[in-house]
Amino acid sequence: MMSRNIARSLLFAVFCGASTVSAVPYIPQDPAQVLERLPARPTDPAMSGLRELRRQLAADPQQLDLAVDLAGRYFRLAVREGDPRYIGYAQAALTPWWRQAEPPTEILVLRAGLTQYLHDFNGALADLSRAIARDPGNLTAWSYRAVIYIVMARYDEARHDCKEFAARDSELIAVACEPTVDALTGHAAAAYAKLDQALRRNPNASPSQRLWVLTRLAEIAQRLGHNQEAETRYRSALQLGIDDQYLLTAYAEFLLDQGRPAEVIPLLQDKTRNDVLLLRLALAEHALGLPAAQTHQAAIQARIDAARQRLDKLHLSDEAVFELVFRKNPQEALRLAQENWALGQREPSDARILMEAALAARRPEGAAEALTWLTGNHHEDVILLRLAGELKALQGSKP
Amino acid sequence: MRRWLIFLIFPVLALQTVAAHAHKPSDSYLVLRPDGEHIEGQWDIALRDLDYAIGLDTDNNGEITWGELHARQDAVAAYALAHLKLRSKGADCPPQVTGQLVDQHSDGTYAVLRFVAQCPNRVDTLEATYSLFFDLDPQHKGLLRLDLPAGRGTTTAIFSPDQSVQRFTLEGGGKLQQFFDYLKNGVWHIWIGFDHILFLLSLLLPAVAYFANRRWQPLENFKPALWDVLRIVTAFTVAHSITLSLAALGVIQLPSRLVESAIALSVVLAAVNNIFPVVLGRRWAVAFFFGLIHGFGFASVLADLGLPRDALVLALVGFNVGVEIGQLAIVSAFLPLAYALRKTVFYRRFVLIGGSAAIMVVASIWLAERALDFKLISR
Repeated sequence: MMSRNIARSLLFAVFCGASTVSAVPYIPQDPAQVLERLPARPTDPAMSGLRELRRQLAADPQQLDLAVDLAGRYFRLAVREGDPRYIGYAQAALTPWWRQAEPPTEILVLRAGLTQYLHDFNGALADLSRAIARDPGNLTAWSYRAVIYIVMARYDEARHDCKEFAARDSELIAVACEPTVDALTGHAAAAYAKLDQALRRNPNASPSQRLWVLTRLAEIAQRLGHNQEAETRYRSALQLGIDDQYLLTAYAEFLLDQGRPAEVIPLLQDKTRNDVLLLRLALAEHALGLPAAQTHQAAIQARIDAARQRLDKLHLSDEAVFELVFRKNPQEALRLAQENWALGQREPSDARILMEAALAARRPEGAAEALTWLTGNHHEDVILLRLAGELKALQGSKP
Repeated sequence: MRRWLIFLIFPVLALQTVAAHAHKPSDSYLVLRPDGEHIEGQWDIALRDLDYAIGLDTDNNGEITWGELHARQDAVAAYALAHLKLRSKGADCPPQVTGQLVDQHSDGTYAVLRFVAQCPNRVDTLEATYSLFFDLDPQHKGLLRLDLPAGRGTTTAIFSPDQSVQRFTLEGGGKLQQFFDYLKNGVWHIWIGFDHILFLLSLLLPAVAYFANRRWQPLENFKPALWDVLRIVTAFTVAHSITLSLAALGVIQLPSRLVESAIALSVVLAAVNNIFPVVLGRRWAVAFFFGLIHGFGFASVLADLGLPRDALVLALVGFNVGVEIGQLAIVSAFLPLAYALRKTVFYRRFVLIGGSAAIMVVASIWLAERALDFKLISR
């Protein structure tokens, strides 16, 4: 309770950097001047629904059903909008149970969703395992745990959970779970065929499930170097008309890899509130030599500074990309990419920035863990394999 | 119901592991500046968060205008200050709002609340209890920057629901630390206080020579030179210590413009005396007389640093010792060099006469600037 001087010097430096971002405080002259636009109008039905739930829960915070409902809505809002403030609101709804070791199962699953969002993967896994032990029929818990294992590159455990999930559910998403793991572990072509088949057999699957499978298909094709096929799948996914930041990010990175930055601009230019998409937009502008790259670079720097000030570690892999491309600081990029990897984030994109930073820093040994991950899982991504070759060549050329 | 959840959540959960960090979590930015018995504060709080807590968008159109914020200013201040407790030595320091402005941060517009908290005693240990928004958003953080008194830098801290009460020792580790802080400031002040250095140098330049046959002649021995320097430095020290103490204790107060002008004048006179000597053997007396004036100058610096009322003597002695150490460093660099060069024409012509002339010119400009209150060169 009496801690002080936390990371004093680092924070001071960051604070100085960050404070230059904000202008001098001022008193506006015009009462009609709009200072802030809220994410949604309060009269929006979804928002007024949330407000009503909040009001009811405030009257008696111990109402489990109400709390689960409200927290679930805020959680989905956070994920859809990419806005972490809603994660805090969801947590607030769960306050009476938040610190309990054995809360009701619904709370365990929701808490896992929130804590994994905050990158506390081990905490989330503990909650999900408890939920599954209590209620093996809890499909949400199985699917959550499979996803977290995939992110952490614990593929055997992920495959196990996918099997359990599929054994209890016949939905497209349950069928697609295991091939997603296979695609990361040396069976990409077979996984692609399975996913394609599953998609065809479930023409009535919900758009969000189709979106998920189409995005996986596009990614697998891209990793295998089948760029035309990847393009087709990305376009089909976009045509579903769901505003999905993961899809936009993946497609933008695909376009950048294909040397087509000009196509990224119309895709992302009105998405600048979102840090992840803003970074991809700035990368495209940078590749095209557009002046907007500089303003966007400054905006990203300001957001990184703000995150560091509160000691957030959610930005690390994107911070590494930013350091590498915009600040031309491969050593710092490598340090960030390594820290990101050490926190348990082990998706192909995490491996990629780690390898690219190690190459740029001319420290091939720095990406040793990504190489182990790549070969140990027989991963087939053509870009990652090329990077691995370059790293080995660099290692060999070093005395 | 459960099945419906999966439709929605399984895909988005998978997707958002990459996209978790869009937008920004909620933070407020709090700056505290303890000074004597009061604490100045500035608190930047996001309008979006305030709207979520107390409602600012009174016309429900999804936009917060200055008019809407202005109309709710009292509510904003009351809500915010109810969630921040400042205490000094266990006693409350109630805050008073002194201004409400707005500012931009990376995720939008913030209300800026300025306040002064008045403590019943001098603030040396500060206890801050921060609870803003923790009930509504446990991921909210309060980012504190604490500006330490006496120019001793800045410390930062983060308030979260797990760390909502934090204590800060402003004197940075007790009396000894405090003493050394003032000592350092004393050394620093003589080091950057060119007027004091030039005054001292003007008196010391001729210490390795004597005036005979209308010109400066080199001394044969080191001893008289050393004695001369010791007498001058001691006289200057004793004199400025007297006035520094009297001024710091509030016994004598002089207008700063008068003091600063007199200091500039003392430098001019000391330099002129080297070119057209009037006072020769008794330069220590000159050092004493003008040292009295320089002491007032030191006192104003000490006052700017902020004097601890419960450790006034400590601060005074620390600062003074610092000034002496700074002086001694200058003297011990100067004397051997001057002694070695004393027989050269370079020293007697260019350093002693030329240097004094240059000092005279610079100090004359200071004198004009300070007496007439305008700016020509920077000090």
